Amino acid sequence: MSKRSDMTNTHNWSGQKLVSTDYLLFEAPREKHFMTGSEVLKEAMKRCTVDASVSYPITPQSEAAHLIGELWAEGYVGTYFRGENEFGVMSEVAGCAMAGARTVTTTSGPGTLRAMENFPQWSGTRIPCQLVLMARGINSPLTIQPDNLEVSFMLETGCMIWYAENVQELFDMSIAAFTVAEKPDVHVPIITVVDGFFVSHTREAVMLPADDIALEPYDPYRAPLPPIDSETPPGRFLRDPFVMKSNYISYATHASWQWEVRSAVERSRPYAEHYLKGLIHITGEEDAEIAFVTCGTASNQAKEAHRELMKLGIKTKVIKLRTIRPFPAKELLAAVEGIKHIFVPEFNVVGWLEKEVRKELYNKCEADIVGGPRVAGGMSMPAEAIIAEVMEKINPGKGA
Amino acid sequence: MALDIYKINPEFRDIMPQEIIDLEEKATWSVNRDTPRGIKELPDTKELLEEHSLCAGCPEAAALRYVLSALPKPEDTIIVNSTGCTSLMFPHIALHTVHSLFGNQNAVASGIKRVLDWRFPDIEKDVVVLAGDGATVDIGLDYTLQSFFRQENITTICFDNEVYANTGGQESGATAKGQVFKMAPLGKKFDKVPMWELATTSGCHYSVNMTASAPKAVAKAVREAILVAREIGPTFLNIYTPCILEIGLSANEGLGEMKDQDKDRFASYKYVSPEAEEFLKKCKEEGRI
Repeated sequence: MSKRSDMTNTHNWSGQKLVSTDYLLFEAPREKHFMTGSEVLKEAMKRCTVDASVSYPITPQSEAAHLIGELWAEGYVGTYFRGENEFGVMSEVAGCAMAGARTVTTTSGPGTLRAMENFPQWSGTRIPCQLVLMARGINSPLTIQPDNLEVSFMLETGCMIWYAENVQELFDMSIAAFTVAEKPDVHVPIITVVDGFFVSHTREAVMLPADDIALEPYDPYRAPLPPIDSETPPGRFLRDPFVMKSNYISYATHASWQWEVRSAVERSRPYAEHYLKGLIHITGEEDAEIAFVTCGTASNQAKEAHRELMKLGIKTKVIKLRTIRPFPAKELLAAVEGIKHIFVPEFNVVGWLEKEVRKELYNKCEADIVGGPRVAGGMSMPAEAIIAEVMEKINPGKGA
Repeated sequence: MALDIYKINPEFRDIMPQEIIDLEEKATWSVNRDTPRGIKELPDTKELLEEHSLCAGCPEAAALRYVLSALPKPEDTIIVNSTGCTSLMFPHIALHTVHSLFGNQNAVASGIKRVLDWRFPDIEKDVVVLAGDGATVDIGLDYTLQSFFRQENITTICFDNEVYANTGGQESGATAKGQVFKMAPLGKKFDKVPMWELATTSGCHYSVNMTASAPKAVAKAVREAILVAREIGPTFLNIYTPCILEIGLSANEGLGEMKDQDKDRFASYKYVSPEAEEFLKKCKEEGRI
């Protein structure tokens, strides 16, 4: 097994040369590979000098979790084990991160909800761990189909939430995620989301840097709260009298802490802008009057609809949101200038992204916002469904 | 290790109550690092503020002092606690502690211990779980047993008061059959969960059921359990600390209740695995216990 004591100033314990995030993401030469999302996540974690990972099987993230286990067996990850269930796993991740480890785990759908109490606890303790969420439908009835309803539940946990469209973005984002989450002025958990199956099980061309380079190790002593390792005085948060005492100071303590966690998420903006090359990504016609606001694989479908609509002479653009928390409100507002109709295609029944878009644009934008098309339960979203929505809007009663 | 675990801000020192100054001066491990503390030093040391959050006469407060006095290496010990009366005491001691969620204490402890072993392979770091019976036997049973199955190198101590005390007196899995408590208005319907036996069959190398009536016995069990956990595998202590409030006893009746139970539900139970026994024998020869 690998030993942390094998690390030097220039190489990590598995012998990989330590490089900056900028070099790894932007400068290192890359080669083309053909991989699934699960496989590419292994490749990303291989280059992240990961200290700890805890896993639990649930479709569709099981393969990603066991591939990270293989990394451990190969000597790239410090410690790895299978927990008893998702609540246990997220608790174990909390322990690992509190003790000063760069920690990653993965989950999907019902597992996310089973573990739910842990996510605000993660952000409340300011641990910079990463959850790669391969979104899947929520029971009942039992489902293993793709759907991203669960993200709706995650929005107010105090964690950062990023959303990758495809295999390439998953690779780059999951590396940048550690870097941003570990910034001392941010230092909150990060959830990198992909649509399960659509990304986790899809094999795509992906450009990867060499695997003999990796991120600098996590330094827990730069954290705003000291690690629980007995090497420094403990974090005040975990020692001071509990804020459940009924007095004004307790209320104020808890309230200010909640605001501070959310402020920390906001402080991640400039870092995310740098490493993601913008919080949003726009494709399509600059002078379009129709925009699709999307995240994840819905972006891909919207781009396909854009191409088809172009053939009909209808100009559209796709505004893909890369970060959901923090929400790129300013960028979105600028991107919808001159837009008359906004469509929000989503892979869930509640339309959580539409709610987010409406909330941020309310009273700031004249555009008509359409919450759709919306598919759920694993249904696919063909470009035709998006085109039909647009045609119904601009050509009422006549359809596509 | 950090020896200035508990430091009073110099600006406030002159207005601090004496017991807080004592907690810095008499419980700070740097003062005593060359002469490990033990149960015999209890009268002269400070493990827990007098103005702690527990009820007057609560046996749990005494039991916590015994436990803290017996830690073999307090400056490198992390205590993971859980929601309940036990968790209310932790802000009033000078030790690294973690309170996470209700019931996940053994899972959090597993993560901490594994990472400490990864980050500090040459330093002995002890991780001790200390939680009540609700957290251990009910909401956290899965995580407790699974940490035993996985052979985590942690010591789990259950302060068993046979009731959810801090939430107002509801029956727990550790409540004796027939006991009337809130949420068991007709009496509890099933037997007290024999957690010490579950610990033995689930992989613990050292499992004890006892009361906190005898300080030396508690301290000995704590020290042995932590040493075994450090070297061999998971260990478990079930210690009766009655909730005198919920069973209708006065502040001075806790000790008597524990002594009575020494012969009944908490009659001595001790399991030591062969490898743990061998190890403890060696520790004794080396003067470590």
